[in-house]
Amino acid sequence: MALPTIDADVADVPTDGAGGGRVVTSQVRRKLRLPFSPWHLLLMPTALLFLLPLAQMILASFMVDADLNRYPPRFFPTDLTLNGYHQLFQQSSMGQWLLNSTIVSMVAVVSHLFLCSLAGYGFARLKFLGRTTGFFLLVSTIMIPIQLLMIPTFVMFAKVGLIDTLGAAIVPWLASAFGVFLMRQFFLSLPVELEDAARIDGCSTFGVFWRIVLPLARPALATLTVFTLLGSWNDLVWPLIAISNENNYTVQLGLANFQGARRTDWSLLMAGNVVATLPLLVAFLLAQRHFVATMSFSGLKS
Amino acid sequence: MTTTSVWTGRTGASKRSLRRSLTGWGFVAPATLIVLGLSVFPALWAFYLSRRNWDGISPSTPAAWSNYERLLDDPQLRSAVSHTLVFTAIFVPASIIIGMLLATALNRRLRLVAFYRTAIFVPFVASAAATGILANYVFSPQFGIANAALRVLGLPEQQFLESDSQALLTLCVISLWGEIGFTVVIYLAALQDIPESLVEAAIVDGASTWRVFWHIKLPQLAPVTVFATVWQTITALQLFDLVFTTTKGGPLGATQTVVYYVYYQAFQLTHYGYASAVAYILFGFTLLITVGVIAYSRRVKMEAF
Repeated sequence: MALPTIDADVADVPTDGAGGGRVVTSQVRRKLRLPFSPWHLLLMPTALLFLLPLAQMILASFMVDADLNRYPPRFFPTDLTLNGYHQLFQQSSMGQWLLNSTIVSMVAVVSHLFLCSLAGYGFARLKFLGRTTGFFLLVSTIMIPIQLLMIPTFVMFAKVGLIDTLGAAIVPWLASAFGVFLMRQFFLSLPVELEDAARIDGCSTFGVFWRIVLPLARPALATLTVFTLLGSWNDLVWPLIAISNENNYTVQLGLANFQGARRTDWSLLMAGNVVATLPLLVAFLLAQRHFVATMSFSGLKS
Repeated sequence: MTTTSVWTGRTGASKRSLRRSLTGWGFVAPATLIVLGLSVFPALWAFYLSRRNWDGISPSTPAAWSNYERLLDDPQLRSAVSHTLVFTAIFVPASIIIGMLLATALNRRLRLVAFYRTAIFVPFVASAAATGILANYVFSPQFGIANAALRVLGLPEQQFLESDSQALLTLCVISLWGEIGFTVVIYLAALQDIPESLVEAAIVDGASTWRVFWHIKLPQLAPVTVFATVWQTITALQLFDLVFTTTKGGPLGATQTVVYYVYYQAFQLTHYGYASAVAYILFGFTLLITVGVIAYSRRVKMEAF
């Protein structure tokens, strides 16, 4: 590759058809030619700035107290220890909180995938009375913010005995208007012929949905999984309001409240941060390709 | 209305359409009922509550519009509103401009571009709680690397979250760190949708990189910009989690936001009625801005929705 001499103009043109692209090469640029694209000057510091706090979080979680309480502070530890993690699991119910959050997120994802794709398919393909009104009503609820809903929902959940249970954290994540919308948009983009063929072969409506359409919807289902996972795992405000029994805390709530009790126990707090962030981080890195690719069609091509 | 055509048809046809409706609702009812039950129903209830005085325990008493009248001259609310507006006024343009800039850079065939993309997006995955706790450490005046970096550069150390004049701005920086990945991704997707032929034609015609961006790419990005503006404005107006895990509204109320104030009124003072009224006004305001931005974008003919 001709990377060492690449400049902004060349980089702008797709390399495969770069032929006649370099008509303009200004004097200034010829003088300032760097051994790499000038865009690196923007991107490299930015990338480091974004990673540095996370690096410090991970490093600090393994630090000994002597390194943490030094002034000026150290970035690289002189000694590594698992003490922060050890104390975290000993002094808090972190294990329980992780389990609780796992349950909440699992139920949220499974329920979201099933109910939202079911409804999305109904709104996209089936003709029935009140379809347009129903869909419009459903989508318009996306506008209603959580802070408007939290008081009545709290009172409502208290009436049915959900408050202070894990159920309180789960129920709001069973389905979402966004999920239905996302799935409907996807189903609308599928060709209808396949379904018609299956129906002629005697497949029931649900059979068509379950056996023909759903397997084709994998990219949309992956996107929905990522969004649901992100939202349910990271949710703080609702668990904060609905759950006060420490055994039923989610990871985020546990972490936030644990911080209140241990303001400057940095190795403990950073260990908690790592533990709370790691599952999603791994999931994200594994699904990254899906994530970025499908984010475009989800929100924008409506 | 629409029903007449269904019910005046032959019996066979009407039976069939009834069956169709039942099947259709069978598909959509579970999700629809859950969503409406947890949004429209509580939203209406919140309006009822906003016109009562209630502490959640003793019987509520009618309050008519007094809660709404009260919020007009509540100095604490006024300062919460001004903090929220300042935050929004910095956060939204910054996230749009930085997001667009980074997306433009990331849309090139560069070495390391996959690394850059991941690095910029990763903070978006971290929760507000984790971000807040991490920020407390990074910006800790004594132990944080932010001040360590300033010392290395020979600049004076700052108090950041512990100073009432810097806390809000620091929160802005933290929010941008966590949320910019979202703007970058949607701009990146939009940039990749711009037909390459359009860009190539301009370059063949002798347009500079800058002119290509300004005259070709920017107009194509307009719909995404409308979407991003609305989305980030809503995010900014609802700032809560980060405040809760960092400053808790302090120091001296300098980071008290509207939603934090709603939370405080509702769940610490149990002023359910008043908190509902404040939440309703915020909702109305958000709606107004959203509709305003969309109407404006329709008028200048760039459709985003």
